Amino acid sequence: MNLSGLGLASAPIPGAIPALRVPVSSGQLLAACRLAWEQAATLVALWVTDDRDRGRGFCLRVALHDADGLTVLEYTIPEASASYPDLSAIFPAANRMQRAAFDLVGAASESDDQRPWLWMASWPIDKFPLQRDFVASPKWEPGEETYAFVKVEGDGVHEIPVGPVHAGIIEPGHFRFQVVGEKVLRLEERLGYVHKGIEKRFESMPIEAAHRLAGRVSGDSTVAYAWAYAQSVEAIASVAVSPRASWLRALALERERIANHLGDLGYLGNDGGFAFGLAQFSRLKEDVLRLNLAVFGHRMMMDYVVPGGVAAALDPRHDAALREQCASLEREIRVLRDIYDEHAGLQDRFRTCGRVTPDLAAQLGLTGLAGRASGQARDVRCDFRSPPYDVVPARKMTQTDGDVAARVTVRFDELFESLRLCVALVDGMPQGEFLASVPAPQPLRLGVGYVEGWRGPVFIALESGPDGTIRRCHPHDPSWTNWPVIEHAVIGNIVPDFPLINKSFNLSYSGHDL
Amino acid sequence: MLTILRQIAITGIKTEATPPVADEDVVAARLQEKVLRTLGRALTIRQVDAGSCNACELEIHALANPYYNIEGVGIRFVASPRHADMLLVTGPVSKHMAIALKRTYDATPDPKLVVAVGDCGCTGGIFGESYASLGRVANVIPVDVEIAGCPPAPTALLRGILAAITASSPLKPESDSHPE
Repeated sequence: MNLSGLGLASAPIPGAIPALRVPVSSGQLLAACRLAWEQAATLVALWVTDDRDRGRGFCLRVALHDADGLTVLEYTIPEASASYPDLSAIFPAANRMQRAAFDLVGAASESDDQRPWLWMASWPIDKFPLQRDFVASPKWEPGEETYAFVKVEGDGVHEIPVGPVHAGIIEPGHFRFQVVGEKVLRLEERLGYVHKGIEKRFESMPIEAAHRLAGRVSGDSTVAYAWAYAQSVEAIASVAVSPRASWLRALALERERIANHLGDLGYLGNDGGFAFGLAQFSRLKEDVLRLNLAVFGHRMMMDYVVPGGVAAALDPRHDAALREQCASLEREIRVLRDIYDEHAGLQDRFRTCGRVTPDLAAQLGLTGLAGRASGQARDVRCDFRSPPYDVVPARKMTQTDGDVAARVTVRFDELFESLRLCVALVDGMPQGEFLASVPAPQPLRLGVGYVEGWRGPVFIALESGPDGTIRRCHPHDPSWTNWPVIEHAVIGNIVPDFPLINKSFNLSYSGHDL
Repeated sequence: MLTILRQIAITGIKTEATPPVADEDVVAARLQEKVLRTLGRALTIRQVDAGSCNACELEIHALANPYYNIEGVGIRFVASPRHADMLLVTGPVSKHMAIALKRTYDATPDPKLVVAVGDCGCTGGIFGESYASLGRVANVIPVDVEIAGCPPAPTALLRGILAAITASSPLKPESDSHPE
């Protein structure tokens, strides 16, 4: 990113992805964000750290992504009563991140929207969990707050509140629909129900063990999170990962992508009224999970990626089974894809449903697989080619229709690509060590991890404390950026199409609520 | 249509009568017998995610795939607690979900069973108890059976559901089955 016009100094952040940290003043913060926006950068994450113990007030960090890598703007908020400029006019996704940052750290933006986002009256509104002097009281009971939903009024308009406990086996969240007849005029999301204090929990864990927590931020993306966390630890501890370890990580990551895409394609068929699809795809997914258990020791490969490498080497006895499964999956998925493509009823549900045009997607910063289905051609694996994707390059799959059908197409294309990558990774697997020892990093170092999970880019920022402790860890899910886009995607669609639209994005609640 | 029928025929019946691990190889059969004998009808389950990371949900989903075919043994996941015999609850229970969980429990007609799923549902797991987490499910509503695992595999889930039915056979009124 070229910020030279602003005369800003920058320093590199160590890590697998090129990254810079750039201290800015309040005026420079907005100018830098505007300049970044003009250069087609997107907002990756926004978070605040309590640095008052170092006599520095609070540190606001804004991570931006462009073709050159990550740029982390750092702005010092002198005290809690001071505020920082509202970035949501430039990056709309900043709105919820700013509100969440206030709920947890107590530093507010200058935005007009000061509604809570992760706070739900379960702790006093003037206490902030991520302030260093925060002490929780056992007397605090779960509470209920009155959230100021936007209401649509007019003849025949009615409201459908849904959740937090949903009808299906899915995570909890609240959706407020304003509808006329069947048509959705407006949807407003209220998330935060699965907020379980993950960021605070990180600060009580040793740095070398917290990959387990990272791997449980969003269980469906455990490999992506554990890898991003491992990257951030390795960056600040100056540990080089062996080629073998990064190849094994990629093998696990691609298998995680395969499993999730298979599951979602099944449910997308099911939500389109085609139960055959669910039966077929869930069978294939189970095959993948079972082989994961045999090869990686866990059906979802939890705790396989660890700082310094991976927990176990690949037993060469499994090579044949891995290759064979890729071949048979490819055969089966081709048959099923033809069936999906030629099924008139299914295509009728998929096409034009939940459309996000490329223009809107660019404006809102739509990211990950949903972004690629709306012409936003970003993929961390392809754009920065950190090992092993420098040797085994991944191909980027994009569509421009931006509807459910496009997201289905991207999933199918990425499935075939991941199967191809898995075979290439098994075939070319380097020999050597799979785990390097990781010394306790120096205190007050900042490292980042950035990994293209199946849903989109998973980002982790890690700051070390003394003696191998964690001073601050901010895990950031692509769902932060994509949830608000669903509010746009459903406008004008009928209520019964919401489950289909929602599933086509399949965003994380846990990864977002933290 | 022909390709669909062909695919169904080629796939055949994948449901496993005898899962591979010795201890588990009669789970499905025992379960069906138990469900029918105890309840004389299908067991209906309402799943509640009270704060999990979603991994447990994925394994609960897997119960419906053709290999485990949970509907085939007479167990059905329902959309409302009012239709349910059993709550299958994952944790840790976030403070933000505590009220919704209690209301879901109250909305489930007696007699009812509660099964806590996963290490977090059983003990609070890696998240523990904090300003935001109440920990194990039993801290919030009475629990009949706990299924450990991170996440528990589908076969472990089947065994736990079976244990809950067995423990409460025949289903007792709430006051008896949950001595405080």
